[in-house]
Amino acid sequence: MDLTEFLIKTATIFVVFVLTLVIAMYSTWGERKVAGFIQDRMGPNRAGPGGLLQPLADAGKMFFKEDFIPALANKWLFIAGPSLAMLTALLASAVIPFGSTFRINGHEVALQGVESNIGILYVFGVVALGVYGIMVGGWASNNKFSLLGAIRAASQNISYEVAMGLSLIAILMMSSSLSLGEIVAQQHGGNWNIFYQPLGFIIFITCSFAECNRVPFDLPECETELVGGYHTEYGSMKLGFYLFAEYINMFISSAIISVLYFGGYNYPGMDWVYTQLTQAFGTETGHNAATLIGTAVFFGKALFFIFFYMWVRWTIPRFRYDQLMNLGWKKLIPLAIFNIIITGAAVLFLKPMITAWLN
Amino acid sequence: MNSAVSFFYFLSFLTVLSAVMVVVSRNPIHSVLYLILTFFTLSGHYILLNAQFLAAVNIIVYAGAIMVLFLFVIMFLNMKQDNEESKTNLTKVAATIVGGTLFVILFGAYRKSVIPELDPQQFDSQIGMIENLGHLLFRDYLLPFELVSILLLVAMVGAVMLGKREIGERHF
Amino acid sequence: MERAYLPAIATGLAITIKHFFAKKVTIEYPEVKRYLGPVFRGRHILKRDEDGRERCTACGLCAVACPAEAIQIVAAEREKGEEKLYREEKYAAVYEVNMLRCIFCGLCEESCPKQAVYLRHDEFVPVFAERDQVIWGKDRLVEDMNNRYTREAWTKEEARALDLKRANGEATNVVPRAIP
Repeated sequence: MDLTEFLIKTATIFVVFVLTLVIAMYSTWGERKVAGFIQDRMGPNRAGPGGLLQPLADAGKMFFKEDFIPALANKWLFIAGPSLAMLTALLASAVIPFGSTFRINGHEVALQGVESNIGILYVFGVVALGVYGIMVGGWASNNKFSLLGAIRAASQNISYEVAMGLSLIAILMMSSSLSLGEIVAQQHGGNWNIFYQPLGFIIFITCSFAECNRVPFDLPECETELVGGYHTEYGSMKLGFYLFAEYINMFISSAIISVLYFGGYNYPGMDWVYTQLTQAFGTETGHNAATLIGTAVFFGKALFFIFFYMWVRWTIPRFRYDQLMNLGWKKLIPLAIFNIIITGAAVLFLKPMITAWLN
Repeated sequence: MNSAVSFFYFLSFLTVLSAVMVVVSRNPIHSVLYLILTFFTLSGHYILLNAQFLAAVNIIVYAGAIMVLFLFVIMFLNMKQDNEESKTNLTKVAATIVGGTLFVILFGAYRKSVIPELDPQQFDSQIGMIENLGHLLFRDYLLPFELVSILLLVAMVGAVMLGKREIGERHF
Repeated sequence: MERAYLPAIATGLAITIKHFFAKKVTIEYPEVKRYLGPVFRGRHILKRDEDGRERCTACGLCAVACPAEAIQIVAAEREKGEEKLYREEKYAAVYEVNMLRCIFCGLCEESCPKQAVYLRHDEFVPVFAERDQVIWGKDRLVEDMNNRYTREAWTKEEARALDLKRANGEATNVVPRAIP
């Protein structure tokens, strides 16, 4: 790997990192705005125009609060909890393809941190690790409510990971690739996976709600039963990191949903726009402009799903714990397996028939 | 020494260190966390060997699921009181004998093992990639693969049977 | 059917998105102030008459009537040449209301024989940060002639008659006036 390539990769990863943080920051603002609007209120509107400086004010408040560690807590693990939560949340954004390529002086720069041939498995692995931050923090607090929250988080994540993995397998059977860039490229031309995998999509989005610990699956931090759940003992920026990690996870899962099911940076009429732009501005500038439009479309999709997360949060009440487990094990997993069988049959028999009929 | 080799040594050092810490730590939670670290460093070794699929699956299955369950169970235990039973002389002697035997076996195996020379003609850097792995599993080793899947299915059915509520039994 | 979850969830989502685009009911307070009604009891004011003379004669009835003992008055006799300032021969040299004690019951207003003290219906006691901002003297209480306090009805009877007329839907073009 020569130096330019290394520098370009570093810059891409840095940009992706900053972008993830900024989007997560403004998701906190968006959450409060959406909550307000849905409840016929205004939401935050004092700090800056439309409350746009609210995240900065919140961060300032968090930083200046006392950084308190309970006397009987396990000090190292108490600090490691939020750090792990942040770390695992940020790791996943490395493989997401935000757009196709940029052309700068003949160099092709992919708008993706790392193009890996195991992209989706990597994301899945990192998401599976996300529960450690919660478990370690909840245990280290030396508080029964925190411990109960941590245990709930662990069992919930493990249960829903199974159904999530199974719904992913149906996608992988269709794309026959694990690379996210490849999966997006295959959905070019309105060939989005949502049309082939509606059931898989519903299972996947339900499981991602559970993995992010969002309502209606936010039992680990269920206020009415567990005070504050796993972050009862946390305050200051350590609590901030936990909350922030949740919003980063939300963005990552929204991006993954739009990559897997909604064609990522593909949009209808893409080829026509591309030819128009390249004819108007030449191959380099036109290509870059087309890429930018694709990236904007991608972010539009991802932001819509973030909005969807919030929309659902302020609509649906929390599940009871046994309902959660029943839904995960007795409904979603059989449905996912059924989906795999249907997809397998369709790929084996239906697809050759349709292609033969079309030709 | 090129960078890959020095990285290998660093990773190996970390692996051995965290593996030793698993045994040495007094707190079971710390042991489990060190074990997770060990799995991570092992995944690093897989990536160094260009076996990315194996690395990811190692993290998903071991670090992501099995170790979470370990942690889950240990968190339920009350670790405040030390269990005196596990510290009698008999158990210490038994543990030493078992550990020593294992060490002797491993050492013997290590002495007899021959490290094959690198043959540039036969060397294929893509052998650990997922496509090659898939071809190998579903062509050359199809029957063992299917047998293993049946074994897993039987285990799953067994687990469901164990977890099933018997007639008249009430959990809460 | 309810066990399928999804239709029910979709209905719920439709309801919330309707509220998302609905008109918000919030009144943004410091910029937009809501009309509190004609008989709201806000901060005190010491009225002047049409010539700009203070009406208060320092009889002390308000201080006696006050259940919270928030009012303190020091009386003084009017000198020659002060007829333009004070309407009666005796006036309040000091008239202080302790706004921390005051419970805004309006008994001072009712007990006043000279119709001098009133609780404004359109202004609150503002937020204060210092203790010496709490006791309001005559400098803050006496009415400003350039910015007189006006009301539609100055007595209970008047207010009730007005309310009745409005309830019956009759036209009432009452102009708010400054003099009780």
